[in-house]
Amino acid sequence: MTVTEETTTSGPGYKWVGTRPIRPDGLDKVTGKARFGADLALPGMLEGAVLRSPHAHARIVSIDTRAAAAMPGVKAIVTGADFPDPAELGGRPDEEMVAANIIARDKVLYEGHVVAAVAATSRKQAQRAAAAIEVEYQPLEHVLTVDEAMADDAPLLHPDLKTRGMDPAPEEPSNIASRISHERGDLDKGFAEADLVVERTFTTKPVHQGYIEPHAAVADAGENGRATIWCSSQGHFAMRTMTATVLGWEPSKLKVIPAEIGGGFGGKTVIYLEPLAVALSAKSGRPVRLVMDRDEVFRASGPTSGTKIRVKVGVTNDGQLTAAEAWMAYEAGAYPGSPVGAGGMTILAPYDIPNFSVEGFDVVVNKPKVAAYRAPGAPMAAFALESVLDELAAGIGMDPVELRLRNAAVEGTQASYGPKFPRIGFVETLEAIRDHDHYRAPLGPNQGRGVASGFWFNAGMNSSATVHVNEDGTMTVVVGTPDIGGSRASMGLMAAEEMGIDVAKIQSIVADTETVGFNDVTGGSRVTLATGAAVVEACRSIKADLRARAAKTWDCDIEEVEWVDGQAQHAGGGETPLSLQALARKSGRTGGPISATASLNARGVGAAFSTQVCDVEVDPETGEVTILRFTTAQDAGTAIHPSYVEGQMQGGVVQGIGWALNEEYIHDRDGRMENPGFLDYRIPVASDLPMIDTVVVEVPNPAHPYGVRGVGEVGIVPPLAAVANAIAAATGCRLVDLPMSPPRVLAAITGKADG
Amino acid sequence: MTRTHITCTINGDEVEFLCDQDETLLDALRDEVGLTGVKEGCGTGDCGACSVLLDGRVTCACLVFAPEVDGTTMVTVEGLAEAGQLHPLQQCFLEGAALQCGVCTPGFLVAAKALLDRNPDPTETEVRYALAGNLCRCTGYDKIIRAVLDAAADMQTATNGGSTAATTA
Ligand code: FES
Ligand code: FES
Repeated sequence: MTVTEETTTSGPGYKWVGTRPIRPDGLDKVTGKARFGADLALPGMLEGAVLRSPHAHARIVSIDTRAAAAMPGVKAIVTGADFPDPAELGGRPDEEMVAANIIARDKVLYEGHVVAAVAATSRKQAQRAAAAIEVEYQPLEHVLTVDEAMADDAPLLHPDLKTRGMDPAPEEPSNIASRISHERGDLDKGFAEADLVVERTFTTKPVHQGYIEPHAAVADAGENGRATIWCSSQGHFAMRTMTATVLGWEPSKLKVIPAEIGGGFGGKTVIYLEPLAVALSAKSGRPVRLVMDRDEVFRASGPTSGTKIRVKVGVTNDGQLTAAEAWMAYEAGAYPGSPVGAGGMTILAPYDIPNFSVEGFDVVVNKPKVAAYRAPGAPMAAFALESVLDELAAGIGMDPVELRLRNAAVEGTQASYGPKFPRIGFVETLEAIRDHDHYRAPLGPNQGRGVASGFWFNAGMNSSATVHVNEDGTMTVVVGTPDIGGSRASMGLMAAEEMGIDVAKIQSIVADTETVGFNDVTGGSRVTLATGAAVVEACRSIKADLRARAAKTWDCDIEEVEWVDGQAQHAGGGETPLSLQALARKSGRTGGPISATASLNARGVGAAFSTQVCDVEVDPETGEVTILRFTTAQDAGTAIHPSYVEGQMQGGVVQGIGWALNEEYIHDRDGRMENPGFLDYRIPVASDLPMIDTVVVEVPNPAHPYGVRGVGEVGIVPPLAAVANAIAAATGCRLVDLPMSPPRVLAAITGKADG
Repeated sequence: MTRTHITCTINGDEVEFLCDQDETLLDALRDEVGLTGVKEGCGTGDCGACSVLLDGRVTCACLVFAPEVDGTTMVTVEGLAEAGQLHPLQQCFLEGAALQCGVCTPGFLVAAKALLDRNPDPTETEVRYALAGNLCRCTGYDKIIRAVLDAAADMQTATNGGSTAATTA
């Protein structure tokens, strides 16, 4: 196995930012104390079970719950009729879709769609009762792929769905929910200037986020029309809003307490069980716990879109990209909302290409409604584009990193999706890979090397944070964004840096919806950026307050007080400095408790880029691909806690490797998933992989107090193409369909398929 | 249904509980005994989140029926730290940032302890194969493998240095 190095270029003289302290919640997580979604049990709690559709598409003729309700221990049953009609919610169409996805009313749109839910005195009894509910279905024809769904005579999922974004607007309904497009320049002229044009069509299958913790929720509905929910999610405020919408309640009637979250990757930004648990609790008058089995997680939550993408790109012999054309169709699952918009915005974003046209379609099919998955929509787009770039580089005899460098977006480039880029670090990631010893290491027989790059926007959005100074001179940082991969640690580091105190004196906690101000979800790689900015802003208010209190104590002007190394100092040096602890002790006499809150809508997000290099060996007998070595260079802006930055980079890469080589939803002809378990839906295991070498590039984001960009997502964008390009280098075969599983690779190298 | 009475030793304590005939050890540990550090990721033996040491062997608790454990000795993640001292694996996981969400961590710690108990000086490849039954979706395994190798090295040093005390917080 390879020896690795972990390079971190150091920041501008920070004391705490850039260090690697043990995370505050770590101890509970290595001793089994941390409470995840399914770990809470309340006195008198009932257990629930959910009845799901066995059909991919069917009309519900009738539901008879009488036999189930008569079973011993069964306390409540709910069906679609117990919830407000989504069409009458008076909300936005996407809210209607969320509601319709939670529980079916007249039609089921995918295998796994909820039809009813039961609460009973034990889980087993709830499951038996669910099985005893009699549902009469009238099966309908279904569609499973974008090709089937876009065919002229395709059966329709939603009889009223008319494509948005078409001019003129279509008269007839279809399975195409919307069309997006971006254009610039003159495509014909661009292709005419090219010396080489490559056009390919790529397909990818739906893949699941694959978090190890299944969805779980406990609800306790009180008698005063309020309810409390404990659940693991990427954002308990969003859970509250969505659950309230589905129930037809005011959001303030719900309190959501965040459990520790066992992975999300985008898939826990949406609700599934929460409204069912509240409805069952309200009906039974007892707390109810609902936990998904793994096969329910596969059949009914996530995944991300299967796609079909056609890409055509032209290049001159000296490596100038002259034109690019992309046609993209993304499966949305049963309701509109695939990430094709982001796919279309990201596909060309890393490059400065004068002439292009991108057209994308959001297509409904009879599969579970897709949910966000790490850089939603971007990995499939990059798979297509970065594969074609590899072929172009080979075609003109140019090093693939050099081709990318010649066309890379830099500060001031008009991004393909609109705005001008501020300072970005794409070129630096390319140079980091070009200059890495990995890029020059020798390769053996049947081995090949591939590179690919990727872009992600990163998000800002709304965050609130409250900071308290405790009487012992420690501080509590209260945030409302769940900690999914070490964010408590990075909040503590930024607060320590700002306050000039030891990070060990800072306790970061994630509070419920009634204890801290509104926060958007942990997603879009936004927490270190936006919640971090709120923490920094609150700390700055506290520092101003502390200086004022010291000035009062010293009877001087606040301008004469400086905050240095965690204490108030008199500029003239005439007073003994006052530590945080000293000021905290006398807070009762200087104006009361010391705390500050900051709520903001974070602006100035910093885009993230990643460039990766991968070595593979392909077994010519079996088609099996082994990842020999992998290096990823990513611009983090500033790495607040480098270990968790590396962890995000490594985790994203490995998910991308799984997507490239093994993972896929397999459906039978009836639209039933054939591999809803980790045995047959194979995510990477430790013995499949080498170490994942990381190069943390730091090109600070000028708009953030510590230069943070956000690191969670972009790492999953390049691996699909990096692996494909490495396989092409090893075998001479260009694989265009994911996953590149042994049978596919073998067929390609033995000439039985496209190659 | 009559429930079965079980007596066993868990994390050094004698424990008694009642369970159903068809109840899994995983459900019994979580629901009857209250050891929720043992996690369910799949319920089918494919993820290792429910790993426990059953008479010294690493076992998926979701694949064992609770009535089978009468008279056995078990260790769960809750029993790894002794007398307030973290096991070197726990310490190395913390220092090496070998957890992100942490839901897989209990199973990894238990499986890694089983490995180091029988092979105190494993190679990277041996660690990777020994932990191949434990899924982690967050870390890409890199930092987990390093933490296990670090813990092995720490334990070797402690042993060779003649000290029996593990390195702890
Ligand atoms: S829960 Fe037992 S192996 Fe997954
Ligand atoms: S740390 Fe999240 S699954 Fe391993």
